[in-house]
Amino acid sequence: MGEVIVVTSGKGGVGKTTTTANLGTGLSLLNKKVVLVDTDIGLRNLDVVLGLENRIVYNLVDVVEGNCKLAQALIKNKDNANLYLIAAAQQRDKNAVNEEQMKKLTAELKEQFDYVIIDCPAGIEQGFKNAIAGADKAVVVTTPEVSAVRDADRIIGLLEANEMKDSQLVVNRLRPDMVKRGDMMSADDVVEVLAVNLLGIVPDDEDVVVATNRGIPLAGNGKSLAGQAYMNICRRLNGEQVPFLDLDTKKGFFSKLFSK
Amino acid sequence: MKLSDLFKKKSSGDVAKDRLKMVLVSDRANCSPEIMERIKSDILEVLSKYAEVDKDQLDIHITQMETDESGTNSVPALYANIPIRNIHHTAK
Repeated sequence: MGEVIVVTSGKGGVGKTTTTANLGTGLSLLNKKVVLVDTDIGLRNLDVVLGLENRIVYNLVDVVEGNCKLAQALIKNKDNANLYLIAAAQQRDKNAVNEEQMKKLTAELKEQFDYVIIDCPAGIEQGFKNAIAGADKAVVVTTPEVSAVRDADRIIGLLEANEMKDSQLVVNRLRPDMVKRGDMMSADDVVEVLAVNLLGIVPDDEDVVVATNRGIPLAGNGKSLAGQAYMNICRRLNGEQVPFLDLDTKKGFFSKLFSK
Repeated sequence: MKLSDLFKKKSSGDVAKDRLKMVLVSDRANCSPEIMERIKSDILEVLSKYAEVDKDQLDIHITQMETDESGTNSVPALYANIPIRNIHHTAK
């Protein structure tokens, strides 16, 4: 029996879809069978981040409306046989699916997969309700900015109201250089304010943009700091004790290398 | 403003954290009507062990309370006005 994890944030643009893609890629590299479900109906993007945009035949709405069998909507990843995607419908809206249908779908997927990871849309309306309906636990993504943390706090409250008490936090796009000179909140600051468990810290990394350009997620790419950070997050989700990356010393190393 | 503040400017990261804490205090205080109802009924349950209260005159709500004389800083506070009809002599 697998586990259903919803990746959510409240605010848009903080990296939910990128995080979902990397959790899927990383966990499948750990030999887990994973399915990613894009619930952002009308504004789908997980397909492009994974490089699977040309392979979509059936989508989430087709499955819940019974236009196809579940197996037909499972899009197999290019190089990783353990990773599948159920894409969102692009021509419909969030009301095309309801919470009961999502509960039924995730229950079915749990039978076949070790991890069912739900990419939640921004906002707290129907799309959010659908995304969390069948989830066992939540990964909340934020960036170290006032607006994103505020929305994360609201989301954590709503998750608690829906019986999901132990949300885990990913602090995304952290800039160690800015934290060092006091111009950005540290991951510790964010954790203190939100009072949740920290799952991981992902540094702001140009490689993330390059990875999205190519449609190949970074997780498992040892050359990239963000790739290592995502892989560590996957290991922690999978129950391993992994120390947090020392982003500061890495930065020190690079600044030493490139400084005059 | 303290004298030391003139020489040492607060870093923007600390400003962000302070502002965030303030905004979350008021965000979190805006609790939903359902939660407010639960708070009310729990308070009544506890009080009814010791006293008979007038449920029709009951007033419990979240308000803002000033923390300094100037009135610039305020925090949410639970305001409760609960008329007591009779105090039980022995706790139930």
